[in-house]
Amino acid sequence: MSGDTKMDNTVNLTPAGSSDSAPLLKRMLRMRETGLIVIILGLFVIMSFASPYFLTWANMRAMSMAFAVDGLLVIGMTILLISGGIDLSVGSVTALAMVIAGWLFLSGIDPWVASAMAIALCTAIGAFMGFFVTRVGLHHFIVSLAIMVIARGACLLFTGGRPLGLYTLPPEFKFIGQGSIGPIPIVIVIFLVFVIAFDFMLRRTTMFRKVFYTGSNEKAAAYSGIRTKKVIFLTTTLCSTLCGVAGIIYMARFGSAQPTFGLGLELTIIAAAVIGGASLNGGSGSILGAILGVILLSLVSSSLALLDVSVYWQDIIRGSILLAAVTIDHYLNKRRG
Amino acid sequence: MQDDVILRISNLSKSFGPVKALRGIDFELRKGEIHAVAGENGAGKSTLMNVIDGILQPDSGKIVLDGDPVKISSPTMAQQLGIGFVHQEIALCPDVSVAENIFMAKTNVSRSWLMDYRKLERDAVDVFRQLSDIDPSILVKHLSISNQQLVEIAKALTLECRILILDEPTAALTEAEAQTLFGIMRKLADQGISIIYISHRMVEIFNNCDRVSVFRDGQHIVTQNVAEIQPSDVVNAMVGRVIDNLYPQKQEMPSDEVILDVRNLTETKRFRDVSFTLNKGEILGVAGLIGAGRSEIVKGICQLEGDVTGEVWLNGEKLNLRNYQDSIAKGVVYLSEDRKGDGVFLDLPIAANVSALNLEQVANGIGLIQSGTEEAQAKALGHKLNLKCGSLSDPVSSLSGGNQQKVALAKMLSVNPRLIFLDEPTRGVDVGAKSEIHRILRELATEGVGIVVISSELPELIGVCDRVLVVREGRISGQVTGDEMTEENIMHLASVMDAQDSVA
Ligand SMILES: Nc1ncnc2c1ncn2[C@@H]1O[C@H](COP(=O)(O)OP(=O)(O)OP(=O)(O)O)[C@@H](O)[C@H]1O
Ligand SMILES: [Mg+2]
Repeated sequence: MSGDTKMDNTVNLTPAGSSDSAPLLKRMLRMRETGLIVIILGLFVIMSFASPYFLTWANMRAMSMAFAVDGLLVIGMTILLISGGIDLSVGSVTALAMVIAGWLFLSGIDPWVASAMAIALCTAIGAFMGFFVTRVGLHHFIVSLAIMVIARGACLLFTGGRPLGLYTLPPEFKFIGQGSIGPIPIVIVIFLVFVIAFDFMLRRTTMFRKVFYTGSNEKAAAYSGIRTKKVIFLTTTLCSTLCGVAGIIYMARFGSAQPTFGLGLELTIIAAAVIGGASLNGGSGSILGAILGVILLSLVSSSLALLDVSVYWQDIIRGSILLAAVTIDHYLNKRRG
Repeated sequence: MQDDVILRISNLSKSFGPVKALRGIDFELRKGEIHAVAGENGAGKSTLMNVIDGILQPDSGKIVLDGDPVKISSPTMAQQLGIGFVHQEIALCPDVSVAENIFMAKTNVSRSWLMDYRKLERDAVDVFRQLSDIDPSILVKHLSISNQQLVEIAKALTLECRILILDEPTAALTEAEAQTLFGIMRKLADQGISIIYISHRMVEIFNNCDRVSVFRDGQHIVTQNVAEIQPSDVVNAMVGRVIDNLYPQKQEMPSDEVILDVRNLTETKRFRDVSFTLNKGEILGVAGLIGAGRSEIVKGICQLEGDVTGEVWLNGEKLNLRNYQDSIAKGVVYLSEDRKGDGVFLDLPIAANVSALNLEQVANGIGLIQSGTEEAQAKALGHKLNLKCGSLSDPVSSLSGGNQQKVALAKMLSVNPRLIFLDEPTRGVDVGAKSEIHRILRELATEGVGIVVISSELPELIGVCDRVLVVREGRISGQVTGDEMTEENIMHLASVMDAQDSVA
């Protein structure tokens, strides 16, 4: 959030310029992003020895496609976590966006219009949750749990439980999910644009700074003239809107709408955000960290798949990584305190 | 002389990263004495107590308890060794009853599986009877800060301890409550319990303690019997320089230009028909018992809480504030009495705390925060208030209590307000910084900023303010100026029921 200027002209307990480089180095080491990058690079090196297929272009492309869309979800989740909320409905709402857009398209509506309508619906769902949290005063956890179930039910209702085949989607629409600019998939381009934009905004804009204030101490934020309810309403809504966008991209990529898509996805997303430094108590988190969290989890999944480890083991390993990451962080924080 | 020493600490050091909080401290505590510890904000008082209570581990140094060297590795162990600690910051469970909070520590060591709520409550009443008349079955979150502080103290009293540490216990108490506490402290000391008493108030130290130790910048400066030392010597030892004038000059020429005019302010439940004015250049004090509605009135003016009717005029303009945002926009701000609860963002950087009231000031035209500007703002205000900190990007939680208060104050000053309501502005602030804050308030008042100070510390109100309003049971029961400003007059207005009221 800010640099590390020393307060030179205040009475300071530290003898002037005692060991200026040490704290900086420590701060670097402490930075979670650095740690995550090291782990990810380490995994890369190990995997390139372990599997000849790993470093191929096709594998890289497949892996990045795998985390790119989830990346959008984790952006929304991180911001919501920073403001002190949580959303369990991301998986179902993403699926609902797919299903609604697909269903509208099949009933003869232009796919772009259908997509816009689906995203609008997701936004409305987010606003609906935001209403229950900020006006009625219910907890995010409960409200989003209810929406998770309702949205999933709606998916099944609209599709009769069967995937909708959308082979007739026009190519220019499928392009957003399947095309490339030169060697780079469009999905990755969208992902990078979102990540850079949101990371920048979260670090620099007054708008998002208020999200930190609200999550750090809601009452102190209110006593600083911040409309905390509005902030929470907006972060809740934003998270669902991003689910809508992700759902549409998935639809374009798969050329179908699957009512059971994203079961359990919310846990992966929350895990990624937390591994990346978001606190469930609100007030801290970063987009870069959360994205690295997604990359790490997805790297682990595809590595395990490449190594032919059973899917059942994968969940166990991913859960253990979450636990390890949070534990290490806990100790680092404690040392600092 | 030597044999009745119960706790001896020698050459103890503790650092937090680059910050050396304690540098080779020596300290000894005798059996049955009340030993005051004084020192500026950030001198290391709380840190030393945290070491004694096993919350922090020293980097080096020795602790000798009853002649045996000990390593106190946790608060539980400290408890077993007979050390009780009332923290500077309140640490209660808000959703749990007073009785259960009091006995949390005890429940902790008990062997029984089931909670005997009825007994808990009975015992709590017993402990409490000595202190105050709070209902033990009420939830802690419904208590005022001062009552919460009493709960903290009661909690420590239930542990049969040999050493009791009180870290600024009176910061949130009223005069009367503080006196009760001193009575209890003396009784405990007579029973042979040793008490370490941290305070920034010289009067309390000199009236109630046996010895005083002064710390400065993490070092032990002096220990003396209070009978053999003057308050001014203690203050000078604390700050390392001579402070001659504790309070700034009063207003020189009263002006009759009205800054603030409050008419018939009413809030159904908490206050009625409050009318007062504030003239230019004047510092107005608001006194009253806790619960009288002092904070509620000023929060009502700022639209922070309550459904308020009545009129508020600022510099001849009628304010129609709908919420606190409007209030800030008009330059009317409120410094909260509960710094940890709603004054600061503990886990955010100092600079981000200072800028929170108006981010536009540290942002460019398109709403991007300029971290350079933000730091410069915090640096300038921090300098003005003599803030002691490592780096401005450190979280506020890394500061000492008094320095956290300065951050909260810097936050208010950051918006160049036209009218400031300060609720207990110097709670936990050391003498040096306190007179600094008072001087700043006087300066602001002279510049034409409206200053209204709420304080439970009557000497502060009398020393700083030009006029004091007294609030009792949601009404203004009177005001005093000039020579009438005495503790007696104020206490009289704050507590006595006069004939008129009992009829109404
Ligand atoms: N957890 C921490 N991390 C970093 N620095 C800390 C931490 N706790 C205390 N400090 C620093 O140690 C120094 C001593 O702090 P301490 O809380 O002991 O002061 P104090 O004498 O109790 O002051 P006050 O009167 O304001 O309560 C301060 O400079 C403070 O910033
Ligand atoms: Mg302290």
